[in-house]
Amino acid sequence: MSPLFSFEGLTVSGAGRQRLGDLTGTIPDRGITVIVGPSGAGKSTLLRCCNRLDAPTAGSVRFRGDDVAVLDPRAHRRRVGMVFQAPVAFPGTVLDNLRVADSGITAERAEDLLARVHLDAAMITRDAGTLSGGEAQRMVLARCLVTGPEVLLLDEPTSALDAPATRRLEMLARELADDGLPQVWVSHDLDQLRRLADHVVVLIDGRWAWSGDPGADNAPASVATFLEDS
Amino acid sequence: MRNAVAWSGLAASLIFVAVAIGVSASQRLALEREMVVAVARSLVQLLLVGVALLAVVDDDTPLVWSWLWVIVIVFFAGATVARRVPAMPGMLWLAVGANAAVAAVSLAIVYGFDIFPLSGRTLVPVAGMTIGNSLKSGVVGATRVAEIAGDHRAEIEARLALGLPGREALRPFLRSALRTAISPQIENTAGLGIVFLPGAMTGLILAGVSPMAAVRTQLALMYVILAGVAITTIAIVLGAARLIMTPDDRLLPVARRMY
Repeated sequence: MSPLFSFEGLTVSGAGRQRLGDLTGTIPDRGITVIVGPSGAGKSTLLRCCNRLDAPTAGSVRFRGDDVAVLDPRAHRRRVGMVFQAPVAFPGTVLDNLRVADSGITAERAEDLLARVHLDAAMITRDAGTLSGGEAQRMVLARCLVTGPEVLLLDEPTSALDAPATRRLEMLARELADDGLPQVWVSHDLDQLRRLADHVVVLIDGRWAWSGDPGADNAPASVATFLEDS
Repeated sequence: MRNAVAWSGLAASLIFVAVAIGVSASQRLALEREMVVAVARSLVQLLLVGVALLAVVDDDTPLVWSWLWVIVIVFFAGATVARRVPAMPGMLWLAVGANAAVAAVSLAIVYGFDIFPLSGRTLVPVAGMTIGNSLKSGVVGATRVAEIAGDHRAEIEARLALGLPGREALRPFLRSALRTAISPQIENTAGLGIVFLPGAMTGLILAGVSPMAAVRTQLALMYVILAGVAITTIAIVLGAARLIMTPDDRLLPVARRMY
């Protein structure tokens, strides 16, 4: 089975600095992979390359064996859903938000998707701007699910949420993963990594420092030091 | 004596500018330097233009000099828009092209329908009025697109991440940029004769043209200017939207000019 994502010599430069440098590694096509690393390590950039919001300066990104650079970007983005750090609610109701992803979505399907992210179906008519942070992030998740993605990319999706909302989102992520929807999370929270990760990737200074199972004890010293100190 | 009065009036208007600069400084708007530069430039430019116009309006001067002047106006207007958004490298030719196209159509209407006789005396002022108004709205439109790319990046990228085309992801913001840029000219046209007293009409009446003929001329000019402003601004804003997106629908970082 092809990896979910594979990176070969991936380099991303811009604004006078290198954000990823000659990065090589793979992300398995199962469960939840959590990418951790110090600030500025290139975690978000790596995720954005997976969704093609950023493009490599050199090297390649492959999605299930296909070079992302030759795929139709719009079709690819609908297969690879992305949730950002701060929930972005578009103007209008929750249904209006879901219709941005699919203008023809029926109210019934929209309610099903809200139920899937544990939001009340009655919220469909609610102004999206009035949702709490946790509700808004789950609505954003539902909006991603409208396109029927094969994977979800989540860039520190709980950093703006309180502890109960964080737990709810993590439980939801686990349910979706158990239903066969693989996910790639970027996180700076090692407790979250321990709660959530089936697979771990550590980036340091824009390089692939280590990847493996969360319980593995074969990490190099620099990675072990980072994981213990954080 | 008349000249002495005109110069004192000019000096008085500069005192008013000094007050505006003082207000800007007290409110820390950081507009003082730009206002001083704008006043100094306009003073030098208009004095030079006054001298040059003396030569151009002379009936013995070939019309080609007026046309060359119009070309300079078109390039200057394009360069002014491009200078406001330095992070959009293709803006110069986009703005020059939009201004040139609108100038060509406007002048074709003005002279094709004999609103004014084609002469050195009319060509430069008419082109200046059309392109000058388009320049203002073009600068506002291009600047707004640059601001949007920075201020609304998260919302635009959230739309792109859902698989929307770049133009679609920008659409709600482009609408607001266009309204902001074009609305003043619409208001100007709507307020014609009440708020805004048209100079061309007044000049024609003073020159002995019948009031109704002067009104018709003024209205035709205003409509040409309004259409020119709308078309130039739409071209610049939609073109700018293309400049900030890559062909594979990624939003480029746009460093906008800070005031």
